[in-house]
Amino acid sequence: MFQGLSEKLQETFKRLKGKGKLKEADVSEAMREVRVALLEADVNFKVVKDFVAKVKERSIGQEVLESLSPAQHVIKIVHEEMIELMGGATGKILIASKPPTVIMLIGLQGAGKTTHAAKLANMLKKQGKHPLLVACDIYRPAAIKQLQVLGDQLKVPVFSMGQDNPRDIAKASIVHANQNGQDVVIIDTAGRLHINEELMGELRDIKSSVKPHEILLVVDAMTGQDAVNVAESFHSDLGLDGVILTKLDGDTRGGAALSIKAVTGCTIKFVGIGEKMDAIESFHPDRMASRILGM
Amino acid sequence: TGRKKIDEELYEELEEVLIRSDVGVNTSFELVERLRKEVKQRKLSDPNELTAVLQELIAELLGEESSLTFAKQGPTIILVVGVNGVGKTTTIGKLANWLKRDGKRVIMAAGDTFRAAAIDQLEVWGERSGVEVIKQREGADPAAVAYDAVQAAKSRNVDVVIVDTAGRLHNKVNLMEELRKVKRVMDREIPGAPHEVLLVLDATTGQNALQQAKLFQEVAGVTGIVLTKLDGTAKGGVVLGIQGETHIPVKWIGIGEGMEDLRPFVPEDFASALFGTSQKV
Ligand SMILES: Nc1nc2c(ncn2[C@@H]2O[C@H](COP(=O)(O)OP(=O)(O)OP(=O)(O)O)[C@@H](O)[C@H]2O)c(=O)[nH]1
Ligand SMILES: Nc1nc2c(ncn2[C@@H]2O[C@H](COP(=O)(O)OP(=O)(O)OP(=O)(O)O)[C@@H](O)[C@H]2O)c(=O)[nH]1
Ligand SMILES: [K+]
Ligand SMILES: [Mg+2]
Ligand SMILES: [Mg+2]
Repeated sequence: MFQGLSEKLQETFKRLKGKGKLKEADVSEAMREVRVALLEADVNFKVVKDFVAKVKERSIGQEVLESLSPAQHVIKIVHEEMIELMGGATGKILIASKPPTVIMLIGLQGAGKTTHAAKLANMLKKQGKHPLLVACDIYRPAAIKQLQVLGDQLKVPVFSMGQDNPRDIAKASIVHANQNGQDVVIIDTAGRLHINEELMGELRDIKSSVKPHEILLVVDAMTGQDAVNVAESFHSDLGLDGVILTKLDGDTRGGAALSIKAVTGCTIKFVGIGEKMDAIESFHPDRMASRILGM
Repeated sequence: TGRKKIDEELYEELEEVLIRSDVGVNTSFELVERLRKEVKQRKLSDPNELTAVLQELIAELLGEESSLTFAKQGPTIILVVGVNGVGKTTTIGKLANWLKRDGKRVIMAAGDTFRAAAIDQLEVWGERSGVEVIKQREGADPAAVAYDAVQAAKSRNVDVVIVDTAGRLHNKVNLMEELRKVKRVMDREIPGAPHEVLLVLDATTGQNALQQAKLFQEVAGVTGIVLTKLDGTAKGGVVLGIQGETHIPVKWIGIGEGMEDLRPFVPEDFASALFGTSQKV
């Protein structure tokens, strides 16, 4: 089983202190433990490197060397730096001054886009908005039906045009929303690989035809080292406004959260914590940091 | 790499490649240690030979190619399990098509009665491959669907039944218990069934896949792994760690969303893909 970082650091420092006064080299040894813990939590290799360098710099400052409990001190620094890195405004959809507010969900296959489109609709409806769900996934078997079933459950209308071009569907949905007093449009798109040029082009087309206010990348919290490639590609192609991190009701450490924020600078706005329609929350950097560290 | 001798930096680079492929810190470290030993034993001096040796070690760790186990007589029941969104239903569609083309009489069972339109999704796959789908209503008891599927297999002279299940996170005790029940029902109707329990893992997944493998094995007795989404940039290296801990063989890989995008797992190909680009065939 995974041994908590704090326990490991205690051991390391105990061993080192036994040899006398702590030295700079001893901090390096502790940093190796930090590195391993972050890698085991699936934080990206490159991100870990930069992050550890930063933590080390702070740790070498006299505080750790002279502190009575250096292990706790290092943990505290790691924790603070993580929160600093993942922080920023979260948990809000910016409502456009002129309706409808257009939100578009994108991401890899199976990440949770359709489910979270519906969850967002549910959340906004409870806030007094009148959302419209838009079925732009014309590829996955029964994707439209899936959105319709969820829309029915929530009593939120679903706009679809069968297997028409997603760009046209998106465009028509805005007209429809305007005519029917729907003030938020949530577009569900098909899952796709970030390296699929054709399908990435399709997203760019949708974007240019409806100019979404929020383009949200939906990412599975269990994602490993590849999270940075995915987030970087989607961000450079489409310009992300935020991230939804899904399936955090599992027992993954979720190091992808740190990686994605580090490479894109985009805040994680929401987290998904279950399959039910109310299983969505604002992102809390402090909780996420503790989770990644196994605390 | 244009390097002249085998040095520490080279070993570090190789370890980095492994970690970046989700092999995990411990397994990567162990593999590189074994590589060092091999280099000594074989008295290697050319740095360009190291990758090939490492690939050999990886292929060795993954074991022999392993195919599906069929019932000695009567229908073979295949149960497909895994966490949410990894590609279970899609894999079932592809596998049904594969087996049918192999001359087998196949049916699929819509055991995911929970997720919105999961049954419809499987039915589309049924139409694509011309394979019948056994189903009940949304919200029905999955064990009841499993029962129907096994009965259909017995009465209709079918070779293989592939049973879909709802995605479930391995830490959800109730949902894992439900799987036990599905298995019990099958075993009661055909002793020894299911003959295969395939765990679907998404290659994009990091170290959590280890936990998935352990817990699904514990509850459902997994007999094989299907590693999906290898057409992306993720390498699925976590199966190496899983191999070390559980010895569940990887049997298939998924390399796309189409009906033909399923391949038997070949350890050597997988090992070389860790050091190359995506595993497109
Ligand atoms: N446990 C859990 N499951 C989730 C969560 N979000 C989504 N899921 C499940 O993950 C699976 C995939 O969700 P979808 O919403 O279909 O994912 P998608 O990104 O739309 O998938 P594609 O359209 O095929 O690309 C389903 O089984 C969902 O119920 C979550 O936060 N927690
Ligand atoms: N690129 C790629 N996509 C895949 C592959 N296998 C499945 N998918 C896609 O992944 C998404 C999820 O697949 P499903 O088969 O619905 O996954 P599932 O495990 O049945 O999902 P739940 O039943 O919701 O838990 C769909 O968009 C599939 O088309 C693969 O090998 N490569
Ligand atoms: K996934
Ligand atoms: Mg979807
Ligand atoms: Mg499914």
